[in-house]
Amino acid sequence: MAQPASSSSSPPNSAVGDIGEPPQIRLQLMSNPQYLSGARELVGAVAKRLGFADEACGKIALAVDEALCNVIRHGYGRETNRPIWVSIWPLIEPGEQVSAAASKARGGGDTLPSALRIVIEDEARQVDPAVIRSRDLEEIRPGGLGVHIIKAVMDEVVYERREEVGMRLTMIKRRTPEADEHMDRSNCKEYGGG
Amino acid sequence: MADSSIRPGQFSSQEGAFAVRAEQRGGATVVLPTGEIDLNASPFLRQELKRIQTSRPQRLIVDLAGVPYMDSSGVATLVEAMQFARKNSTKLVLCGMQDKVRSIFEIARLETVFTIGPDVDAAMSV
Repeated sequence: MAQPASSSSSPPNSAVGDIGEPPQIRLQLMSNPQYLSGARELVGAVAKRLGFADEACGKIALAVDEALCNVIRHGYGRETNRPIWVSIWPLIEPGEQVSAAASKARGGGDTLPSALRIVIEDEARQVDPAVIRSRDLEEIRPGGLGVHIIKAVMDEVVYERREEVGMRLTMIKRRTPEADEHMDRSNCKEYGGG
Repeated sequence: MADSSIRPGQFSSQEGAFAVRAEQRGGATVVLPTGEIDLNASPFLRQELKRIQTSRPQRLIVDLAGVPYMDSSGVATLVEAMQFARKNSTKLVLCGMQDKVRSIFEIARLETVFTIGPDVDAAMSV
């Protein structure tokens, strides 16, 4: 079981479920599509820094984008002034060690996380998580693909109601071993964009 | 906003960092979006495609070479354009997809639904 990378003594954050540790990064943004590019660039850049391969970074950024889009469109009905929170935890398997190549590429000896946990929360109307699903892919029509894309690119996806108001989406992406081999600081790219 | 400096038969418009240009080429209308197509940009692309499609071109080519990123809202916009094209007997062809853009079509299993060419030259004869 992967554990949060931090060792903070702060009390558990009630907004993040049972993780028990405050996130390493917490971004609050308003439900305005103008901020989508910034959010996915942040998440993609963080994933890159934490040792994820370029392709995985792009997928993580895409999943966050799709999740935020769903909140804006379906949760908030396109209202642009409602809050959304994106929280990130690097998860580390006990005893895991960073490879020499990856450590050198990152310019340090920190342990790379084995996975990234990203939680998206909102204050939108609560719905039964069971009804949050993709449309039938055989049915060719605009829309309804966001949930399918999120589930296709992330390793674990869980929707749930928050304790009092709003919904919470928890996504986990595991880092593949080959990511270490591709780590190269000179090859840093932007994610979510060009 | 239309750019008055371009030749007749062409237009260019921009919304923030995202722009759409269109030109006539050998009987086809070529649309060239530039920038990331996400929920912020896709309504503008939708509007521009609708405007172009009202003239019922025989062939409509959307060159995505200048699009480094697209999310499902962009895909939905192109699905809508495809459905409108079919109603009007317009041949809609996508081309110039970068890998990241192509992958979202593959994830959505739409890569075989659209006619996709490598570039505009190929899209002219598909």
